[in-house]
Amino acid sequence: MDVRKTYKMYAGGEFIRSESGRSYRADGVNVPRGSRKDVRDAVVAARSAFGGWSRRTAMNRGQILYRAAEMLDGRRAQFVALLGADRGARREVERAVEVLVWYAGWTDKLAQVTGTVNPVAGPYFNFTLPEPTGVVGVVAPEKPGLLGLVLRLAPALCGGNTMVGLLSESRPLPGLTLAEVLATSDLPAGVVNLISGRRAELLPWLAGHMNVNAIDAAGCTDEELAAVEKAAADSVKRVVRLSARDALSPYAVTSFMEFKTVWHPIGV
Amino acid sequence: MALTARPPSELAGFDWEYAPAPEARDIVTIAARNQLYIGGKFVEPHSRKFFKTVNPATEETLAEVAEADEVDVDRAVNAAGEAFRSWSRLQPARRARYIFRISRLLQERSRELAVLETLDGGKPIKESRDVDLPLAAAHFFYYAGWADKLEWAFPNRSPRPLGVAGQIIPWNFPLLMLAWKIAPALAAGNTVVLKPAETTPLSALLFAEICEQAELPPGVVNIVTGAGQTGSYVVSHPGVRKVAFTGSTEVGKLIQRGLAGTGKRLTLELGGKAANIVFEDAPLDQAVEGIVNGIYFNQGHVCCAGSRLLVQESIQQPLLEKLKLRLGTLRLGDPLDKNTDVGAINSKQQLAKITGLVESGVREGAEIYQPECRLPERGYWFPPTLFTGVSQSHRIAREEIFGPVLSVLTFRTPEEAVEKANNTPYGLSAGIWTDKGSRILWMTERMRAGVVWANTYNRFDPTSPFGGYKESGFGREGGLQGLLAYVDLN
Repeated sequence: MDVRKTYKMYAGGEFIRSESGRSYRADGVNVPRGSRKDVRDAVVAARSAFGGWSRRTAMNRGQILYRAAEMLDGRRAQFVALLGADRGARREVERAVEVLVWYAGWTDKLAQVTGTVNPVAGPYFNFTLPEPTGVVGVVAPEKPGLLGLVLRLAPALCGGNTMVGLLSESRPLPGLTLAEVLATSDLPAGVVNLISGRRAELLPWLAGHMNVNAIDAAGCTDEELAAVEKAAADSVKRVVRLSARDALSPYAVTSFMEFKTVWHPIGV
Repeated sequence: MALTARPPSELAGFDWEYAPAPEARDIVTIAARNQLYIGGKFVEPHSRKFFKTVNPATEETLAEVAEADEVDVDRAVNAAGEAFRSWSRLQPARRARYIFRISRLLQERSRELAVLETLDGGKPIKESRDVDLPLAAAHFFYYAGWADKLEWAFPNRSPRPLGVAGQIIPWNFPLLMLAWKIAPALAAGNTVVLKPAETTPLSALLFAEICEQAELPPGVVNIVTGAGQTGSYVVSHPGVRKVAFTGSTEVGKLIQRGLAGTGKRLTLELGGKAANIVFEDAPLDQAVEGIVNGIYFNQGHVCCAGSRLLVQESIQQPLLEKLKLRLGTLRLGDPLDKNTDVGAINSKQQLAKITGLVESGVREGAEIYQPECRLPERGYWFPPTLFTGVSQSHRIAREEIFGPVLSVLTFRTPEEAVEKANNTPYGLSAGIWTDKGSRILWMTERMRAGVVWANTYNRFDPTSPFGGYKESGFGREGGLQGLLAYVDLN
């Protein structure tokens, strides 16, 4: 007789049930049905983690993303089984590992590729650097359950943001299991928070939250996107739905970054 | 006409009066009635309506300006759409030449534009002549050069133009904001419909004349004048593929909400409540100049104005003494006078807003200081003002005043300075004054703001990206990053 696993959400570095005590049935098991309070708590955790994570060195963030790739690779069999145990499943897990490794390598190159030293017409030193925008709300696509989430999570973290992710409603298990990978990757508590549940119930609270700086609307339908954009205006959020071409690109990272320009006089 | 603030008693021995030195205004000819500029022609508005634009320093009516209605905006967008087909396919080097021409024409007619800008907007001629005009011309020159080099700007991508850009600009730097909007748009191959602010439409109309002189193909630049309603027609027109707005956060949110679900690209450059932070080791005299420049430049009608002075407690007293002394030497009066430091408030409405917020400051218990200063009888004026004893919850510490009003707060540790500076929904700019290099960089890292001036303030350059974090908007203007708003990278 096997010891069954209780699937839990991941917020503030802890594995939690919904504060509402609710669950729903997905992939043949009971999964936490997150509430708006869970979303708000997750935003608090993400905001608290932002200062520390964004000031980690780029090198350190790269190492941690790479560590996540290692952990995922080590659990390959578990994820393949979760994703249907076919060739597609194996390919998806492999791709997810690749994506993490690819972005791990970008952390310390972004500023070199997208930052500038600006030759202003005066005795000033002037430069522009990309900085993380803050807390990113990630709406994971319904499928692919693992790769869809990893493709959105990696660029947000790569740039130094923290995030609150709404998992695929119909296939939450790969996302919930990914939390176990992240929890063993030296990622500080609160940097990634993953909430499962009914999207229609949770999305408006995430999109309208005044302490969320950006939304990655990858998993939104056109209708949901319009509603998210409307709610986002209350706090001038950046709402991004990347094209297929930008799904894997440094432009995906800079979509969730701000350019900061610094001036200083030159003189003796 | 030039009115001088009386010197404080310590300096009473000196004669601070300057003889009036007004710039001649006869270089400018203002038509009594101004039409819309659509499809390369000045045309009568379909609306048949006109509104007045006044000189805020005298309240004299300068001209009547057409008020574009929905039909007018539709015509302008169609003209821009028509022009886009050829402009976007024009050899990039030729596009560059037109933009270079515009830059040169701005330089050639700079005095005329500067005087017009000052007449219509109330800003000191010294500023329109030495800041607005050179920067506007430089902006066109900078982006002209990008027109045939776009593929070098974004690795691994071939940028394409977006289409018709609808652009709405504010009244604080009318021509400069026009340059920030139009130059990168044209360089990337877009065409534009631009709406200047209703209190300062004249320099944009003179710019239309410059487009004619540059023989810019008809429809590439269209100028529709009017108020907020005209702006909303521009923003919501289905033919507009990209919206760029500079103005208040309140209107920015309305626009963002309005564009939800339309797929239109949007950049917003909104309000600010910048902290100008002075540490105890700062060179105080330089800091005082920076503080004055930060908040009294352009009557404080600057979105990145250093409107919150955060001063380290240990130097509050000497700094405030120097600052008050300096305020006493600011010359307020005729904006056309070359010695004027503080010009007229842009409009009656803005004056009412400033007055209301200043009253709230007094009511909420902050201590007000204004140098002795005689205001002209006619026109809209507000004396340079500073508040001490301001707490973070006061409205004057939270809301954008957009006037010559400085709120002074104090801090003890760098951590406290960071906390207070970032304690605002805005995030446009910040100033840091200290002699210690490592502290500058430490502070810079922690400022949640798009532009950080260290040991300087209010510097601008076409190569230097400008724009905000948080509710100060998104997107950058200026520099390579400024091109991003006007290109499709897919």
